Amino acid sequence: MALNRATVAHIATLARIRLPEADLEPLAAELSQILNWVEQLNEVDTNAVTPMASVAASSLPMRDDRVTDGNFRDAILGNAPRTAKGFFAVPKVIE
Amino acid sequence: MSDWPSALTALSLAEVRDGLARRDFSARELTENYIAAVEAVRPLNAFITETPEQALAMAKAADERLVRSEGRPLDGIPIAVKDLFCTKGVLTTAGSHILDGFHPPYESTVTEKLWQAGAVMLGKVNLDEFAMGSSSTTSHYGPVENPWRQRSDGRLGDNRPLVPGGSSGGSAAAVAAHAALAAIGTDTGGSIRQPASYCGIVGLKPSYGRCSRWGVVAYASSLDQPGPMTRTVRDAAIMLRAMAGHDSRDSTSAALPVPDYEKALTGDIRGLRIGIPREYRARGMPGEIEALWQRGVEWLRDAGAAPVEISLPHTRYALPAYYIIAPAEASSNLARYDGVRFGLRVEGASLGEMYELTRAAGFGAEVRRRILIGTYVLSAGYYDAYYLKAQRVRALIARDFATAFERVDAILAPTAPSAAFAIGENSDDPVAMYLNDVFTVPASLAGLPAISVPAGLSADGLPLGLQIIGRAFDEEGVLRIAGVLEAAAQFRHLPSFVARRA
Repeated sequence: MALNRATVAHIATLARIRLPEADLEPLAAELSQILNWVEQLNEVDTNAVTPMASVAASSLPMRDDRVTDGNFRDAILGNAPRTAKGFFAVPKVIE
Repeated sequence: MSDWPSALTALSLAEVRDGLARRDFSARELTENYIAAVEAVRPLNAFITETPEQALAMAKAADERLVRSEGRPLDGIPIAVKDLFCTKGVLTTAGSHILDGFHPPYESTVTEKLWQAGAVMLGKVNLDEFAMGSSSTTSHYGPVENPWRQRSDGRLGDNRPLVPGGSSGGSAAAVAAHAALAAIGTDTGGSIRQPASYCGIVGLKPSYGRCSRWGVVAYASSLDQPGPMTRTVRDAAIMLRAMAGHDSRDSTSAALPVPDYEKALTGDIRGLRIGIPREYRARGMPGEIEALWQRGVEWLRDAGAAPVEISLPHTRYALPAYYIIAPAEASSNLARYDGVRFGLRVEGASLGEMYELTRAAGFGAEVRRRILIGTYVLSAGYYDAYYLKAQRVRALIARDFATAFERVDAILAPTAPSAAFAIGENSDDPVAMYLNDVFTVPASLAGLPAISVPAGLSADGLPLGLQIIGRAFDEEGVLRIAGVLEAAAQFRHLPSFVARRA
């Protein structure tokens, strides 16, 4: 699969990464090279095979729903680039 | 301050532990020697953050316990921590610009266990950005240099600085240069074993689930696994015991008892069947790697084990499957870096623009590449063709190992297809760089324990490792066989960075 500039721009939008115009062409070439290489997987017959998401036990362990942690607001906000009145602050969102 | 290298920094972890228990020297004295070592190896760029005050405080507490004969398993042992583990109040970067200034408000489970066991933190060590790489050259904090250089008449024809491998390259370089007694790393597709091979040390990737991932900056969550990097197999056994164990905060952590791994080092492997996978004879494998592997077979045979040729038919598909699965998981895991809650923020006119500008400025080229690939293979219309396909191939790779382990107790293979390469080599060709993981990725996909042991030198005078892969959760078997390899190989060489000062 060869990716074109428009597809790379679209993926970048989905990934929320701003790409400079000049990077689109080289990235399209690099990503296409990687995709062409991984496509050798098509040689493998996997019709009867169940996809493996993890080697860990397939059912997650259950536990009681109890509060075991918390009251760290200030410690957590301490890493925020901007805060206001005990909250994370971001540019105004108007939909 | 003391000189480096010193008589103390030359000792192994097991020797230091016994020396501290006998009070031959104090934890403070030892830590001062290592702080001097950390300063002396600054040209290697192995450390991102040095924590000498913390180290001295921890050593003082260890000395107080040792004096009262209340010593803990790792009391006074100075270690380096890959800068992917969250350490409370200590800068944690993942080698990325996007985590600028991040001081975690909590401690990772593995580091917490090590501090509880008495270990002393020397600092946080450099890595490929977000652990994505095989060279430790993609860090925002600059490349790490391998303490080894090739012989002057070597392949590169000069004395160029070499990569330490990656992604745990700072960990490997610090241990190899005797600037830490041990280090912790993480392995997603080879990130402990390949740098261990390149730097001439021992690196153990435990079974997936053996060590908690809680508080480890996530790269590919179904593959990431913390493990020890040490100078000897015994040291790896000692470290693993302190690091391992069930953790209710990591739902994939295994609820299994942790054995005393040192007791597994009996040296007795008589009657064990060792699989030699024919598919690992990769095209273009250098003759010296092939020869070293054959020597490994002979060493294990001499010790009474029985080599058995086995087949792992889907081996060649492990790398392409990995380079779909790992970027897919990474693109999801790294969605959290958006400039809102921690790290770098680049302001924009809208929230969306802030996200895009922050992520553009914060991620390096390789991380950006993997996020884009991961986003693509997970996107509508491509999910089945790429992501589910890769997961099906992963199931076949795991099945290959399961079938092999019906006939054999462990598998012997090279760790990497070459010795360390020069900084800058392979950097313009992502696929060529990915091929470094050809022998390490299969065991990662299958979640199996695997160790790299330094086994010899290349013609250029650079270390080469051999790898033992075991059944899931049979770290004891892996360590026992590794101990026999280590004893047979008698690898006593010092990296040039240490040797020329010794």
